[in-house]
Amino acid sequence: MTILTLTGNYAVAYAVKLARVKVVSAYPITPQTTIVEKLAEMIERGEMDAKMIRVESEHSALATVYGAASAGARAFTATASHGLLYMHEMVWWVAGARMPLVMAVVSRAIGPPWNIHVDHQDIFDQRDSGWIISMAQENQEAFDLTLQAFRISEDPRVYLPMMVGLEAFILSHTVAPVDVPDQKEVDEWLPPRRQPYVISPETNFVMGNIVPDEDYMMMRLSIQKAMEAAKEVIKEVDRSYGKKFGREYGGLVECKKCEDADYIIIIAGSWSGEAKMAIEDLREEGYRVGVARIRFIRPWPEEEISELASKVKGIIVFDRAVSFGSKGPLFLDVATTVNGRTSLRGVIAGLGGTEVRKEHIIEVTKEFINKVEEEGRVFEPEYWLLPDPYRGKPLEEVAPRWW
Amino acid sequence: MGENKITSSQTCVIEPPKTFFWAPLSKPAPAASGKTGTWRTERPVIIQEKCVKCLLCWLYCPEDAIIRKEDNSVEVDYEYCKGCGICAAVCPVDAIKMVPEEWGGKQ
Repeated sequence: MTILTLTGNYAVAYAVKLARVKVVSAYPITPQTTIVEKLAEMIERGEMDAKMIRVESEHSALATVYGAASAGARAFTATASHGLLYMHEMVWWVAGARMPLVMAVVSRAIGPPWNIHVDHQDIFDQRDSGWIISMAQENQEAFDLTLQAFRISEDPRVYLPMMVGLEAFILSHTVAPVDVPDQKEVDEWLPPRRQPYVISPETNFVMGNIVPDEDYMMMRLSIQKAMEAAKEVIKEVDRSYGKKFGREYGGLVECKKCEDADYIIIIAGSWSGEAKMAIEDLREEGYRVGVARIRFIRPWPEEEISELASKVKGIIVFDRAVSFGSKGPLFLDVATTVNGRTSLRGVIAGLGGTEVRKEHIIEVTKEFINKVEEEGRVFEPEYWLLPDPYRGKPLEEVAPRWW
Repeated sequence: MGENKITSSQTCVIEPPKTFFWAPLSKPAPAASGKTGTWRTERPVIIQEKCVKCLLCWLYCPEDAIIRKEDNSVEVDYEYCKGCGICAAVCPVDAIKMVPEEWGGKQ
């Protein structure tokens, strides 16, 4: 192993190289571009034995690696934001075909208005597509998840594609030390690619053709069953990775100080780091708070969250996305699992990369806890933590007037 | 191709799934969607005297509904022909006419 200083994007590229990926195809989009730039460099230098296929769009990029994977090659692509939305149709094709594949998603806001900063809206837009969806907290985890993704996706109990989510700029372009194992160690841990079927000129079947409606529904059920099975596979892979490389994260959810907590912060992605710092300060003030960091938004960690729900006085959820006309998407899943067993607040914050610091998390969490302690059961599904220039002001006062 | 050739045998293992599994795979078979000849509003009628046995209709038919005989003459399989008219359009000698179904194949 070697410690390298890598951006989140380069960390992903190194993991892809070590996984001996054979086909890479992608279309450049900020902030993903440097992942495939690095891979192109590795391939051109002869450090990586793979084919880079240049395409004219993200839709074609995913179609290309879908084809390569169907033909039996370990394949990889990466995208973000509008690129991910552009390939959305192919996202469903890959999952529906039950084809193992790995894609990195550098989560970024969706326009208009144009915005290249961190936001989970793009990745949550893929939520229902049948992909396993993970979220990294830091560069090291982006590396680890990418390697693990191949093993999870290619497991015969799963056979579903997987997205590795890492956040725009905060991870993608920020340098941090990353422990990169040797090729030999990775080869010992990551088995050769497995998949349920291979398309070749000799095969005589059709993939994705029209089927009877009844069979269609059975295929939908089969994806759901694979998602359920993936929960155990994710935990197994996490444990075996920990044994081999020394880093184990706790499966679908990473809990920090949940054991004795009265209140839980549920959060996903890099700002979980701020939440972890926030609970240290909150505990000094006597608020016993823990953090449950969601590592996998699909499959949803139902059991883990359910267990927490039955033993705490309240849960506060931080969403960096919104389902317009409803609530934050993470909140919706938490609320379904909690099913009225404890107090809830759904915070919508940090959209479009607006800054959310430790102090913001402390403030909004403390306010929630005090309210629960005073009023008993609280249910606040939608709490907008507005950015500093607008926070606490009447909306009529801050709205611009163009007419 | 060449140095970049990637074959399945080099890179992967086909392993049966270990969960309840339905993949969207199907084998081509006649009448998988029923006898599609009933979809037709116009039928291709081959004028055998004009036919030069070039087989373009047989090649272009998207439904494999042109039957090629040993002497390379052709017939239409009306059980499955959907009446798209591609055969008539590609015929270089105008030997295939599209005739409305209600005329019963008569011009």
